[in-house]
Amino acid sequence: MSSVSRSLRRRFSPRLRWKHLLLIPLLLLSVFYLIPMYVMLATGFKSFAEVSLQTMWDLPSGLHMDNFASAYAKLSPYLWNSLTMVIPAAVISSIVGSVNGFVLAKWKFRGADLIFPLILFGMFIPYQSILIPLVEFMKTIGLQGSLAGLVLAHVIYGIPITTLTFRNYYAGIPKELVEAARMDGAGLLGVYRHILLPISVPAFVVVLIWQFTSAWNDFLFAVALTGSRNWPITVALNNMAGSQIIAWNEQMAGSFLAALPTLLVYIFLGRYFLRGLLAGALKG
Amino acid sequence: MTKNKDTILSILLVSPSILAVAVFIYGFIGWSVRVSLSQWKGLEANYDWAGFQNYIDLFSDPRFHIDIRNTLLFTLIFVGGSLILGLGMAILLDQNLPGESFFRSLFLFPMAISFIVTGVVWRWLMNPATGDRISGFNLLFDELGLDFLINQWHLTPTWGIAAIALAAIWQMSGYTMALYLGGLRSVSDELREAARVDGASEFQIYAQIILPMLRPVTLSAMIILGHVSLKVFDLIVAVAGKQLQLDVPAIYMWQTTFDGLFYWRGAAIGIVLLLSVAVLIIPYLIYTLRTEAEI
Repeated sequence: MSSVSRSLRRRFSPRLRWKHLLLIPLLLLSVFYLIPMYVMLATGFKSFAEVSLQTMWDLPSGLHMDNFASAYAKLSPYLWNSLTMVIPAAVISSIVGSVNGFVLAKWKFRGADLIFPLILFGMFIPYQSILIPLVEFMKTIGLQGSLAGLVLAHVIYGIPITTLTFRNYYAGIPKELVEAARMDGAGLLGVYRHILLPISVPAFVVVLIWQFTSAWNDFLFAVALTGSRNWPITVALNNMAGSQIIAWNEQMAGSFLAALPTLLVYIFLGRYFLRGLLAGALKG
Repeated sequence: MTKNKDTILSILLVSPSILAVAVFIYGFIGWSVRVSLSQWKGLEANYDWAGFQNYIDLFSDPRFHIDIRNTLLFTLIFVGGSLILGLGMAILLDQNLPGESFFRSLFLFPMAISFIVTGVVWRWLMNPATGDRISGFNLLFDELGLDFLINQWHLTPTWGIAAIALAAIWQMSGYTMALYLGGLRSVSDELREAARVDGASEFQIYAQIILPMLRPVTLSAMIILGHVSLKVFDLIVAVAGKQLQLDVPAIYMWQTTFDGLFYWRGAAIGIVLLLSVAVLIIPYLIYTLRTEAEI
């Protein structure tokens, strides 16, 4: 009886009502996080006539598309560059990560435990420490300036995180399942294709989203490896913002366009995004 | 026999990746080290030996002193701010309030967008102009009668880098929140209930039981954020361009290498950055993998 009465008492105790005051700091924090979004959208939807730095906090008079249209006209080639670069990068990375993760989790060979931390370290290195050789290498193989070179860089430097995510996912799958399949005569590839691959969808979603987001948002590799025709959106947007001529309203609308693809992924697949994020902290 | 065949096959499957990591990470690091010890300046590669004098030159370079100072200041404000804000938000969200998942998603969404987008927007929010051309936060402060808050943002002498750190906190505090929330969720309800039965107040429960249990989370968050702040590049470039006052090693590395063609110096900065990150990350990797193995 005591636990029932206690929980009843707690439900109606003043402490519980007071607790709702905690919504106030949460709402204030929400304002802080929404401010940049508000400025991007409020500016984006203004008509050209309404745009002025003095009224940047005012709501637009209606949903005008002028700013988005002119930003899109300037940025669309770069948005497409990003898209054509990001999709192969994410897909290839996932396949590579899945195979590596499978072998390292379920088919350990001698030395696998030594190799894994060496791979993981690659996740954290500042890319400034490999940038000069990377650019020289791309020049040598003739990919400097191209999107193909950028895809290659994202796939290679994505190996640590994709391998880690898949390894952790496969490590959670019971050994018995794999052993039973081997009893039935399945070899390495059989176990992978018939046992692990069919249940790998969640891990594939996590890794695809992760690689999509990080390649889309990357700036350093993009600015180092691509030429002006092949700039991804981050480089183009930064150059737009750096030039003196282009109005800030177009920059706001352009920023929103640049953020939209990864924001949509976050809105619809946020749970998987979070998992990738936590994997990056090695929190599996 | 099939077992042997499968072992060979498994090695074959991972060897392209292992080879890629060996070449593109460790090989390239070695290559950078070699460049950093050379006299390479200009478009043509030049591997003539200069030795550690390059590093001595770098560390006695006044610009690099600015970089170190800015990096330390940025790290302190960014990591400290993200930890405090993230912990605060996680505790608030741990109270079973209505709208919890909405707030959680909202605080975390900046992680999905690029430092470039964040930087371009914050560049206008933190517009240092005053007088007739006042805008951004300064305009808001003016309209709200909070004139004393009006400031120069990233152009503030000495403390300008703190404005960049503010934008970085906006971007990444949700991430610390997520880490802390994971930690809080692993504190069992029985433990909290037992403490309540013993007469502990909510405050005491947090201060004496829960916060000490979150120490490993704090450590991970500090290391992850710390290594992010050592690498900071895009955010500063997008907010402020490349100006000396806000210089950091990553920007110096970029300019001296690709604009100034001082390849030896660019490589040396890259290696110094690598070593600073390694000091943080290697013990963390060893610790994490060891605890993982024990479980």
